[in-house]
Order: sequence, then C-alpha cells, then structure tokens
Amino acid sequence: MKNTSTTLSLDQLPKGASAVVRNLRGGTELKSRLAAMGLTEGARLLVLQNTGHGPMLVNVRDTRVALGRGEAIKVLVEKTGT
Amino acid sequence: MNQQSGESRPILVGLAGQPNVGKSTVFNLLTGLRQHVGNWPGKTVERREGIALFEGVRLTIVDLPGTYSLTANSPEERIARDFILKERPDVVVMIVDAAALERNLYLLSELLLLPVPVVLGLNMMDVARSQGIEIEPRVLSVALGIPVVPMVASRAQGVAELASEALRMVRQAGEYKPARPAIAEPHREVLAEVGSLLGNQVPSPYQAGWVAMKLLEGDQEAIALAQRWLPEASWKQIEALLAAHEDAILDIAAGRYEWIGRMVRAAVKRPRLGQISLTDRLDRYALHPVWGLILLLGVFALVFALTFQIAGPVQDWLDTGVVEPLRERVIRSLTGAPPWLSGLLADGVLGGAGIVVTFVPILVIFFAALALLEDTGYLARAAYVMDRYMHRLGLHGKSFLPLCLGFGCNVPAVMGARVIESRSGRLLTILLAPLVPCSARLLVLAFLAPIFFGETALLVAVGFVAANLIVLAIAGIGLSRTLFRGERMFFIMEMPLYHAPNGRTITRFVWHNTRAFLRKAGSLILAFSILLWALSYFPVPGLENSYLARFGHSLAPLGEWLGLDWRLLVALLASFVAKENAIAALGILYGSEAGTGLAATLAATVPAASALSFLAATMLFIPCAATVAVMHQETGSWRWTLFGVTLLLVIALGAAALVYQACRLLGFGMA
Repeated sequence: MKNTSTTLSLDQLPKGASAVVRNLRGGTELKSRLAAMGLTEGARLLVLQNTGHGPMLVNVRDTRVALGRGEAIKVLVEKTGT
Repeated sequence: MNQQSGESRPILVGLAGQPNVGKSTVFNLLTGLRQHVGNWPGKTVERREGIALFEGVRLTIVDLPGTYSLTANSPEERIARDFILKERPDVVVMIVDAAALERNLYLLSELLLLPVPVVLGLNMMDVARSQGIEIEPRVLSVALGIPVVPMVASRAQGVAELASEALRMVRQAGEYKPARPAIAEPHREVLAEVGSLLGNQVPSPYQAGWVAMKLLEGDQEAIALAQRWLPEASWKQIEALLAAHEDAILDIAAGRYEWIGRMVRAAVKRPRLGQISLTDRLDRYALHPVWGLILLLGVFALVFALTFQIAGPVQDWLDTGVVEPLRERVIRSLTGAPPWLSGLLADGVLGGAGIVVTFVPILVIFFAALALLEDTGYLARAAYVMDRYMHRLGLHGKSFLPLCLGFGCNVPAVMGARVIESRSGRLLTILLAPLVPCSARLLVLAFLAPIFFGETALLVAVGFVAANLIVLAIAGIGLSRTLFRGERMFFIMEMPLYHAPNGRTITRFVWHNTRAFLRKAGSLILAFSILLWALSYFPVPGLENSYLARFGHSLAPLGEWLGLDWRLLVALLASFVAKENAIAALGILYGSEAGTGLAATLAATVPAASALSFLAATMLFIPCAATVAVMHQETGSWRWTLFGVTLLLVIALGAAALVYQACRLLGFGMA
C-alpha cells in the first residue's frame, strides 16, 4: 500500500472535504459494486454529507452516491482539501 | 417468434443503460402501446418487450434491466448480459445520462467487449447543458468508433435519429469497429495466461477472452461456469492464478475509467461552475437527519391517508354495490339447485372474488404513490434517511415504505418490496411484512379488547401493537444473522436528480402491477376461498359441524397448551381467508349459546388469559390468503412462501403459548 500515512477511510472525512480514492478493501463483490459506481483508484470525490453516523453522501464522477458507513469504511482515500 | 413479412425481417434490439437515465421513457417513445410485459424465465424480474415500426422495418425492442455494470452481482446484471450473449440482438442501444457521462460509460466499456454492435444515445443533453457541460457528440463518436446520438427523451427529441442509427448499424454490421478498453499493464500477462488455460474449452456463445476477464473480476457466475467446463487440473491452475491476483478487479475497473477519460477528453468541455442545483438545495432538507425524517414521516403519512381514505369508500361501494347484489342474484337464480352449489358459488367463489376485487382500489392508489415517489427521485432519499434505522434490522432503507403501508394492508406491503434491488433484501422484507399489524387485524383487536378488558382495553391494544413491532425487530435481526448471514445488503445507492414525474411511466407501473395481482394472486386467493368454504360447509352445512370444526376439536391438546378451546381455534383458522372473518366465526360459534349477544357471551365464557392468548395468536398468525398469494407471486417460490407462513405460525403459536403459560404461572385470568 502506498502512502499509508496519509490515507484514511472515507467515513472519517467531514462534509465539504475533497479527496482522491486510493484503494478499496473488502470482498470482490463490494469492490466491484463500488467500482461500477465510479469509486476506483484515482477518482476525485467531494463529501456532501457526513453526520458521523448512518449513511453518508459523496459526489463522485458527477454522481451523488450514498454509502452506508460499513461500505464507506472500505474506501481508502487521500485528502486533497476542504 | 415474429412473422417475417415480405422484405422486412424482424430485428432484435436490446435497450441497455444504467438506472435513472430515462431508459423507460425512450422505450415508451419507441414502442408506444405495442408492449408486452412478462417475466424473464425463472426470474421475478420484469421483461418488457415492444414493437417499433421504423422506415418500414419491424424492430423488436427488449428493455434490459438497468444495471451499473455487467458483472453477475445481481439477477438484473445476469439477465442483461445473458440476453446479449444468448439471444444475440442485432444491435444494442445504450442510453446514457449526458450529465454523468463518465460513470455511465463504465457500462459501455463492458458492453463493447461483447460481440454485438452498440449505438449510444446521449440522453438528458438539456440537464448537462444547464450544468455547464458541453458535449460534442460527433467528436465522441469518432473517439469511440460507434454512432452517438444526442437526445432529450423527456421532450421526445432525438428518438427517431436513435432508431435510424440503430437500423443503419444493423445494415452495415461489417463496418462496426469500436474502440475497446484494454486491461492495464500489470495484469495483461495474467489475463493472457488465464485465456490460454481456458483455451478451446469455452463453449459458444461465450468467448475465452471475455470469460478470462470476468474470472479476474471475481465474477461468481464465470467462476462456476469455468469450473464446469475445465478439467480439474487446468481449473486448479486458474484458481491459483486468480488467488495470486485478487486485486485485479481494482486495476481492471481503474483501467476502464482511464480509458473512458481518454475517450471523453476531446468531446466534453466543462467550465467550473460553482452553482448549487435544485437537487442540492432540496437535499439539504430531504437528507437532513432531523428535517429529512420529519419530511419523510409527513410524506408517508400522506401516502397512507390517501391510500386508505380514497380506497375505503370505493372498497365499500364495490362490496355493497357490486359483490353483494351479485351474490343475491346468484342465490336467487339457484333456488332450485342443490344448496351446496349455491353455497359454493355465492360464498366460495364470489366471496373470494369479492376479496380480490376489494384489494384493487388500495393497490391502484398505493402503486401510483410508489411510482410517483420513485419517479421524482424522492424514494431514494427516503431510503437514505431510514437506512440508519432499518440497517439494524438487517433491512434496507427502502424497506421502510412498504412496511409502513403494512399497517393499512399487508398485500401492498409485500408487493411494495419490489422497489428493493437486492434479492435478499426483498425476501427479508416480504417475510417480515406480515408481522406489521394490518387494519383488518387492528379491527379484530379493537373489537375484542374492550369486550375482554373493559377499561384497560386501550392499554392492552397498544401493548399488542408494540409487541408486534418488537417481534418484527427480533425476527429481522434473527433472520439477517442466520439465514441471510453473509448476504449483506450493501448500501451503495445513486441519488438521482429530482425531476418532474412522467404520467405515462406511472400509469404503466400501476396498470402492470395491478394486472399482475389480479392474474396471479387473484386465482390463488379464489382457490383458498373455495377450499376454506368447502371445509366449513362439508360434511354437514354449518360451521359448528364442519370439517373445520372437527379439525379444531382434533387440535384440542395443542389448544390446551395455548389456553384456546376448539371454538377459538376454529375462529383462528377461519381468519385465514380474511382476518376480519375471526369475528364472524366467533359470532357463529358463540352467538348460539345465549341470547345476550356475542360480546356478553364472550366476556362470560372466555377467561382473560385465553383472551390474551387468542389476541396474541391473531395478531401474529399466518398472513391472510391474499398476503400468502402475493408472497408467492413476489418470491416466485413456494418454498419461500411456505417458509414465511411456517415462520409466522411458529411465532404466533409460540407467543400465544408464552402468554397463556405466563398467565397460568402468575395465576392471572384463569377463569
């Protein structure tokens, strides 16, 4: 894994933060579902909502995607700004 | 198959696209009223097929389920790709949302690997433009090597051009030379290796290269197929390769997006616009943890009120104005005939038909509301807001609306589960829906509670409703941790843009679903009604001496444990056709004892502990015939239906026994 020091899981990003997807964890099915929604390495995303519990909302590849917390934990990102 | 007439031969067109791209609108515009709706063989997914006449040529258009990719993660994805591989359409028309082009083209990057020419319909050009995105269709077409047609389907723009391009593609199939994404460097070698191991073992219509790619993507169906095709030794080698490259899926997906990026680079111009769209503004409230919840409860309360306020009077009218006069006429015209015949027709057949008919107003309004919420994009928001709560029960956020409607009637609750995409989520919702106390059961509760418990009736009634919901929660948690374990429903959902609802889409949804209910569930309800009528009529007319009563007597040992005598057991059995029948049955079985009326007789003869036990069993008992019928219709499986019924039977009898035995231990209400 590259840049372990700066990667964090998506659920830790606050509303308004932007980031780049670095890696996905989890089983093949989850990875393939996330990938089909546009969450792949290099994808830029913007956090639209994250209340700290329950699902969160991100904008990725011009699409609003809702993710459950359990799914968001599996997305490793690198923060690029707020 | 289609008739060939003269020169024109039928052309098969697959209509593909991701969800929320306006594909249904395009389908409706192309086919008009010449549509046929059935099910995909062996699946509970709808297959919509239509005929379009274009330039004198007959096109058979099959609307494929909306999918984000073509990996076999869901029945829909499997159907879409099986159709293309096995039915070999002459051309696939893919619709994309121009405002989210890159993500939409992911499906195209998969479609282009299949041996069928593709035409791209660039829909929602107006939305893209309003967001500052400028797309050059011609430039995109040159890059992709396939025809690209700009469209605004909501205003019927570009549909004729799309059909014309599709037809041209069929006629000049030889000239089809699309650009295709290649796998990223790190996995190119392993792909070739898997491909050569598959060698010539891959039967038509599959192609070794495509199967190799799907294997690297971890596609479960491809794995099962390859295992079947290959000799043990080669499969073991492939398995080892796949295990060593578990992360290939990420590279493959990233490679596809990288390819998409190159394809659209020259064709798409987008100045950065810091504008906030209407969707963003509305979502600030609709997705808010507090405001969103309040809005959702308001919307659902409105749906609930509309459904039952409007449907109630219509139901009454159907019952007293149509079914009842018909029944009387049947009885009158059969005065000379044997009494069993008039009983069969008037009570068995018309009784059942009456039940079927009275569901129609509820279903029509409910389906209209559901289609409206789905079509405007609000249902996805409701699912988002509710997910944090439903999640704990192993349910999807989308399960909430169907379950909520269950308070009115379990039939729409079960049928409403079809808005949930994942099969396990749908099944779990269908299994749990009958635990929501419907209005018929609430009616029985409201009638009996005051008789048995006088002043504390309200407390008892509220207690029972609460108990029902607690049982539902426990059953949900229990099932999702046992039977549905590992079938975790991923909550990954697109939030579509809000848009004005389409009247035709809604009308079609209502029509098809109501018709499906009448056809499939209707006949089953009728059969149940006739069966139960026969059991309560033979060998001697009258419920007291019927087979049903004998059956009740034979259950006496069980009844003793539950604190229910044979009459209460028979009333419970009779409530299967319709829950409110429990009261009518009690009337027949108890009413004859004393002239003081049912309420007084019941209060005098049934001890409080037995009454509690009876109410517990009624509230949780096997669903009514109509609910069982739609459970079968929606699951498409008798095994799941019987499982659901058995589960509820066990829960109901268990709860009744628990209540009665607890009362006995505490010495409460024992006569």
